[in-house]
Amino acid sequence: MWEAIRANQRRSRLLIGLMGGLLVGVGALAAAALAGPDMAWAGGLLALGVWGILLTLALQRGDQLALTAASARPLRKEDAPQLWNITEEMAIAAGLPMPRLYLIDDDAPNAFATASRKGPAAVAVTAGLLRRLTRDELQGVIAHEVGHIRNKDVHFMTMALVMVGSIALVSDMALRILWFGGGRRRGGGRSGGQAQLLLLALTVLAAILAPLFARLLYFACSRQREYLADASAARFSRYPAGLASALEKISKSDTGSRGREMRAMAPLYIVNPLARSAVGLFSSHPPTRKRVEILRAMSGAGWVDYEKAYAQVVGDRTPCLDKKTLASEGSIATRQGQAIPGPEADATERAREVSDLLDRMAHFLLVPCLCGVRIKVPEAFKGDQVKCPRCGRDHAIPTASPSGIPISYRRTGNSWESFRCSCDRVLQISPAFAAKRMRCKGCGQSIEIQPA
Amino acid sequence: MVLFLGIVLALMVGVALWAMGIYNGLVTLRNQVKNAWSQIDVQLKRRHDLIPNLVETVKGYAGHERETLEKVISARARAVSAQGVQEQSQAEQGLSGALGRLMLVVEQYPDLKANQNFLSLQEELTSTENRIGFARQHYNDSVMTYNTKIQKFPDNFVAGSFSFTAESFFELQDEAAREAPKVSF
Repeated sequence: MWEAIRANQRRSRLLIGLMGGLLVGVGALAAAALAGPDMAWAGGLLALGVWGILLTLALQRGDQLALTAASARPLRKEDAPQLWNITEEMAIAAGLPMPRLYLIDDDAPNAFATASRKGPAAVAVTAGLLRRLTRDELQGVIAHEVGHIRNKDVHFMTMALVMVGSIALVSDMALRILWFGGGRRRGGGRSGGQAQLLLLALTVLAAILAPLFARLLYFACSRQREYLADASAARFSRYPAGLASALEKISKSDTGSRGREMRAMAPLYIVNPLARSAVGLFSSHPPTRKRVEILRAMSGAGWVDYEKAYAQVVGDRTPCLDKKTLASEGSIATRQGQAIPGPEADATERAREVSDLLDRMAHFLLVPCLCGVRIKVPEAFKGDQVKCPRCGRDHAIPTASPSGIPISYRRTGNSWESFRCSCDRVLQISPAFAAKRMRCKGCGQSIEIQPA
Repeated sequence: MVLFLGIVLALMVGVALWAMGIYNGLVTLRNQVKNAWSQIDVQLKRRHDLIPNLVETVKGYAGHERETLEKVISARARAVSAQGVQEQSQAEQGLSGALGRLMLVVEQYPDLKANQNFLSLQEELTSTENRIGFARQHYNDSVMTYNTKIQKFPDNFVAGSFSFTAESFFELQDEAAREAPKVSF
């Protein structure tokens, strides 16, 4: 695994070097055109300086920025135990400390990972993802994100993104200065004038093309990283079919997410969050169908299996993974899928569960009504009575001390039954229970028990 | 003459640096192997800690399945007190078997299956079994990477001179503990 990371670091350095060259080139050309060829080195240095400042800023606040922009809320273990367990399992399989978990209040299924220089990484998932996926599929997605963390993709993509930004900035500045400050140019009728013109033309060309090339390089990197993360996911979970069916489900639900603020963070997501995004050279992710095909074509779970499937599906000669990674181990067997019932059978129930989870986290109070509706009362609600939106019954909002007004529960049969008190404690009634009233042990609330 | 000496010196320094790099890499890999091994231990202990809670929950609903419950308790006691890799691995397999049989018994009690407490315990148990599996997997992966590295040329020179030895894989004797036990009437 270290081989893969090191090889990627080497490849990354190459790509970063290319982009750096572009940056310095544009800076130098611009300086040469504006202030004379002997100032070219100053221009190059200035361009690098811009990049350095932006990079420092990005690396320091980068991860928090991504999470805040997505309005992600931190999760505790009791909020989503299955997700927590899955994440910890994948962290063990990857040999990493457990990342922090966050939840995004969005129905479009998606997930992303961020990491900061020091301190634990973070993984955020949307509510839509939790609602739709089975355990195996969720494990595949989390394995993919953990793969990103393990491969240090986040650092790399941040650096690359900052590079693209710097190139765009420097090019923009150069063009602007040329446009507005063009009158103050040295050289006039001298022979240097022609060279000056040529330099000018080159600079303009570079300033227009450099951002384009930078973006192409950036997206090529991004796609490469996604394939690598897919391969890592298969290797950690030993079950590529899980990630494959998760990707299928995610791409099927084409609820596009909010647009503009996601653009910069698109490469961090597992599937492109922009609904109408460009395909091909300018896409940050490889086409989902291709990723699914590769995963499903895998006959094992190791690097060589992924490479074989990649060659089979994509067809061309360019390798996906580097030679050292491929040489480090042989084929690895996949495991059986886990037969844990998926959410297809009870989709509404799961939707309700997830929205309850969100409400509980936002400190809503749940008041059960007789007609079956669970009234959600926000914390800031001022008043001590609330009307049920469906049947119109009045309910008292339970406070810490037991009020005199009871809530009711209607039995559904004559066997063991469990239901929730408004204080969230689970209460049980045995078949032998014949009284009309019971008291909740947690909050002291008196509850009327009505026969079935 | 001086130039010749200079070149030789530069070469020696180069070789020394390269060897140092290899050595450090091997140390990292070996420590990763050790870490992965202790991770397996952590997850096994986690399973031991979950079991009393599980037994109590099941007792409330299926009290007359005493035999199965007692088998689980005794298997756990044996696993906790096991010493040495061989004994540990056997005891853990026995525990897995007993848990499997308990899960079969639970199938007959729909009320138990619907109990929230039991469901969250079941999720924890499933996760623990998975974690043990993944910890083993990570350990074996680390061992494979480490062994490959010390055997490959030219790293094997450094490995040999500093006595880095190959580690052994963690293999279960047989997967029979995982198959469904036959219920006879």
